[in-house]
Amino acid sequence: MKQIISFKLNNQDVTVNVVGYESLLTVLRAYLDQTGTKYGCGIGDCGACTVLIDKEPVRSCMISAEDIEGKEILTIEGLASNGSLNPVQKAFVAHDALQCGYCTPGMIMNAYGLLLSNPEPSREKIISEMEENLCRCGSYNRIVDAIQTAAKEMKEKV
Amino acid sequence: MKSDKITELYFSDVDKPINYDRREFLKKLGGGIIVIFSLGELALLQGWSQNDTEGMVDFNAFLRVKEDGRVDCYTGKIEMGQGVITSLAQALSEELEIPISFVDMIMGDTDLCPYDAGTWGSLTTRFADPVLRAAAAEAREILIDLAAQKLGVPSEMLEAVNGTVVIKNDRSQKVSYAELTKGKKIIQSLQKKPKIKRSKDFDIVGKPVISLDAKDKVTGRAKYSGDIKLPGMVYATLVRPPAYGSKKIHIDASGLDEFEGAEMVEDGNLIAVVHPDPEVANRAAKKLNVTWEEPETKADNETIFEYFEKNITQSRVFEEGGSLNDGKEASKTLTEANYHDGYKAHASIETHTATCYFENDKLIMWASTQTPFGTREELAKTFGMPLEKVHIKQIFLGGGFGGKIYNRQAVEAAKIAKAIGRPVQLAWSRREEFMYDMFRPAALIKATSGVDNNGKLKLWNFDIYCAGTRGTKLFYEIPNNQTRIFNDRDIHPFGTGAWRAPGNNSTTFARESHIEATANAAGIDALEFRFNNMKDQNMSATLKLAAETFGWDRKKPKGHGYGIALGADAGTLVAIIAEVHVDKTTGIVQPIRVVCAQDMGQVVNPHGAKVQTEGGITMGLGYALYEDIEFDWGKVKSRNFKNYKIARFSNTPKIECVFIDKMDSMPQGGGEPAIVCIGGAIANAVFDACGARVNRMPVTPERILEALQNK
Repeated sequence: MKQIISFKLNNQDVTVNVVGYESLLTVLRAYLDQTGTKYGCGIGDCGACTVLIDKEPVRSCMISAEDIEGKEILTIEGLASNGSLNPVQKAFVAHDALQCGYCTPGMIMNAYGLLLSNPEPSREKIISEMEENLCRCGSYNRIVDAIQTAAKEMKEKV
Repeated sequence: MKSDKITELYFSDVDKPINYDRREFLKKLGGGIIVIFSLGELALLQGWSQNDTEGMVDFNAFLRVKEDGRVDCYTGKIEMGQGVITSLAQALSEELEIPISFVDMIMGDTDLCPYDAGTWGSLTTRFADPVLRAAAAEAREILIDLAAQKLGVPSEMLEAVNGTVVIKNDRSQKVSYAELTKGKKIIQSLQKKPKIKRSKDFDIVGKPVISLDAKDKVTGRAKYSGDIKLPGMVYATLVRPPAYGSKKIHIDASGLDEFEGAEMVEDGNLIAVVHPDPEVANRAAKKLNVTWEEPETKADNETIFEYFEKNITQSRVFEEGGSLNDGKEASKTLTEANYHDGYKAHASIETHTATCYFENDKLIMWASTQTPFGTREELAKTFGMPLEKVHIKQIFLGGGFGGKIYNRQAVEAAKIAKAIGRPVQLAWSRREEFMYDMFRPAALIKATSGVDNNGKLKLWNFDIYCAGTRGTKLFYEIPNNQTRIFNDRDIHPFGTGAWRAPGNNSTTFARESHIEATANAAGIDALEFRFNNMKDQNMSATLKLAAETFGWDRKKPKGHGYGIALGADAGTLVAIIAEVHVDKTTGIVQPIRVVCAQDMGQVVNPHGAKVQTEGGITMGLGYALYEDIEFDWGKVKSRNFKNYKIARFSNTPKIECVFIDKMDSMPQGGGEPAIVCIGGAIANAVFDACGARVNRMPVTPERILEALQNK
């Protein structure tokens, strides 16, 4: 049984016709061709599917399509503006905070969400907020450094 | 054709020749300068002379300098996070004297790229890199010759710099590579060893450079196999048994009826459901009622070690010296212990994935594989197709670590695509990933050592079950020694295979734990004991660098411990010193600091080497402290990241990497070595911190508390 669901994706109005129980992750990847958000486990354990819903980091594999009606969703594809990388993306590049890159969109979205609500997090706070995002390649230390750099840049911009 | 060092290197990791003609490919390539090598001419080299190369004229292009001055670099290697997309481009741009931003890396495409046996074994920098540099140097010489003609001066008066050729004494007289290649097609065969740069002349190699793929990866533009969408594509979900190795008995597909558009595919034990909607395919698959015959249980994760001992009785001597009896006689203190290590998963964040379609008589596929050419061969064999009709395309991998050398998902996806006549995408679920992974084998190691009253090792008896002998050649000086390997590839309850420096992780844990236990029994400091018993001077130097960097004599805070482990892998020597804190009431280990010193020969890319070392150490903490596949024979119980814990942000210590500078030696392996030492270093640090000697990995809080009780 399909239903029409309308929401905002990366500042654009979107409408999809999907089965209500399908996850936001499936809607993004299979219906809207936004493949930057990744499937890592499908059960909320790894964070590779993290997006922002109304500025909050959320695991898109755990959200049903029917629950996103009217919401504002931000994915990795929506971060750069006019070809310029956002501070978190820039910092990840500068600190080489990625290897295979598969966990990276989820890491960046979770970090961005953290910095939106907590602009000056301590190193310990960053670690505890990022703890549930997994990276098998082992880029954790560089990711924390990148988030600290991004926090500084975002603070200066304000 | 003279066989010399560089040409020998071409083939060390290739074990069979390509057997079809790629002249068609060269015809299709546009203009420019193409550097190739011809297999026929190089057939007399080591490893090739026994092969039948008659009638095989095949060309593999390495690079193409294009008419716009950009350079296409072709390599059969793939990029899975180990950074070769950047390090190879760096090597090429160094020799060709062009900005790295002019290089386009074409990797792992079986129609376009030179044959490669597989991206594994920390071989790329050692072997693929010199070949590319030779090709680039060759192209540079061609460009200089062309410029000499154009400018009307002898080649000796010219030099290549930054994408142009200039007259050395009058730099205003120059011509760009783009101008030189316009309208030309020059195919040059790499016949002699060209002059490649020495490290003192490096401009780009050795300097940190922003990874070529970083921007695409932080914007979500980088594509992995599951990101490919094809018109008319369906998603496949496989129906798996509850236990590995089960046989299909009966399928009741009546449950499929409620899912319009769902189709079932059956091919022996392969049962799949496809649907244009991935989650509908998933739900429909769950409604299939399949009766399976499960294999009988023979062991579980507690009894597997005695199962090995009881059932593997044949052994082979890997190394021996002196006599074990003499060793026993000469020893004052004997130390005996058994070491255990469980099965480990690769747990890449990207699961095994393949997207493919058949078109007329061709099969085209994007697959998360470390061996695109191996995948092609396996598919060609499966479907009885000629090799050149199977095309594996370039794509990024979300981690590999040796787990994506095996291409089960590629064969599954292709079989489904063939059966239904539509493009198929198959991405294993995390649950499947944890059963069909080719796990690092569990291992049992039995060690006996003997020291005399001068603290010198006189006896070493090392029996290895299942972990292999990689890295076990003794670098300690022990006159009476024996290392035996007991192995049976079919002994395991599920698939096993390569895992970042395979069994070297288990055997190094055993050896280095035992060395420290031995030192401890003799009342000697662990660092001093190693120096006094070292045979390999390069290893001594590496350990010295580690100890100095770490500050071995620093005062230890309460509850902290220091542990050392030495290892050798892929031609690289590693010395790791770890500092941990152990809470004696809970047994919880907090890694504090890891110092890693390596003798890696020429470190072509220090930045890349650092990132790989940090990554390997972090990944290694997982197998040392947390990771263990729980199972009851074919029933794998660890099926997600909740019950199979890998290293996380909070477990990651401060990591410092230092390298012994050997800039004019040959480069050695970078992707794997460091990880082998983590198990031993952590176990030794735990012992130093609280006195608990845990001889089994993972070194869990329960095992630490148990060891403390039994002290």
